[in-house]
Amino acid sequence: MNVAEALPQRVLARWSSLAQEAAIAHGTLALRVAPERLVELASSLKLEFGFDLLLDVTGVDWPGRDPRFDVVYHFYSTRDFVRTRLKTRVPECEPAVDSLTALYNSARFAERECHDMFGIEFRGNADLRPILLYEGFVGHPLRKDYPKQREQPLVSYRK
Amino acid sequence: MSVEARTVQNRGAFEYLTTKKDEFVGWARKFSLFPYPFVTACCAMEFMSVSSTLYDTDRFGAALPRFSPRQSDLLMVVGTITHKQAPVLRRVYEQMCEPKWVIAFGVCATSGGFYQNYATLQGIDRIIPVDLYIPGCPPRPEMVIDGIMKLQDRIAHDSHPIIQGTF
Repeated sequence: MNVAEALPQRVLARWSSLAQEAAIAHGTLALRVAPERLVELASSLKLEFGFDLLLDVTGVDWPGRDPRFDVVYHFYSTRDFVRTRLKTRVPECEPAVDSLTALYNSARFAERECHDMFGIEFRGNADLRPILLYEGFVGHPLRKDYPKQREQPLVSYRK
Repeated sequence: MSVEARTVQNRGAFEYLTTKKDEFVGWARKFSLFPYPFVTACCAMEFMSVSSTLYDTDRFGAALPRFSPRQSDLLMVVGTITHKQAPVLRRVYEQMCEPKWVIAFGVCATSGGFYQNYATLQGIDRIIPVDLYIPGCPPRPEMVIDGIMKLQDRIAHDSHPIIQGTF
């Protein structure tokens, strides 16, 4: 068994009882944890299993589901060339998770983007200013209830 | 341009020409379009293609890009303009001296193209006046050259009023 298969199995053995879901999905290890355990699991992935690169932080909006949002993280091991996907669910009334900025510096920008697009709050990320959107933009455009045709121009249109 | 030329016998050179002021100024202006390429997206590849050797907009006097809006008189908006970028485009346009013309290069600059979302301006004519639209995703170089020639025709037949003693 090569390392690309062995490493996910080792993570699974360590975390399958603690995670809410754990499986190999589409060839990638996917874990789902409660938001409270997110930092614990991310630290374990980084420090014990060598997932040293945080690739992306994004979200998924499931309108009608409770809790409504998934927050999705992708990690990569530059030593073993293995990816891992990590998900957690947050409710619409309090869409907040702990920030991973203490573990990964790249989380600062990735979390800002996720905050822009989905309105997820990252506790511990001190700088959640708009990064792709602009100051004064109202709402979160990748939420399913954001109207597709709504425009928020910065320049007034010609008559 | 209608030119009545008088040549001096045996010299073969023009001694003087008569024409109308508007036609003369239009003729001069249409062959000295200094474009400012406001290039934001993939249409840039087609812009490079049409500018460089094979298609060569220099043949129309429209190939010397000025990277300062103050020195240019043709604003070529090449690519998607977002709402976040719109103030920059507006400012660039306002910095250009008269006379000035604007080409919307490609469907994104023309109408937003296939983008209709929170980010994309649905055509640059919402914020600045546009003289010529070149559709296409991206437009073929032949379409761009056709567009430039149409703009040249328009400039040649425009009136070029004298403002404060200068053209």
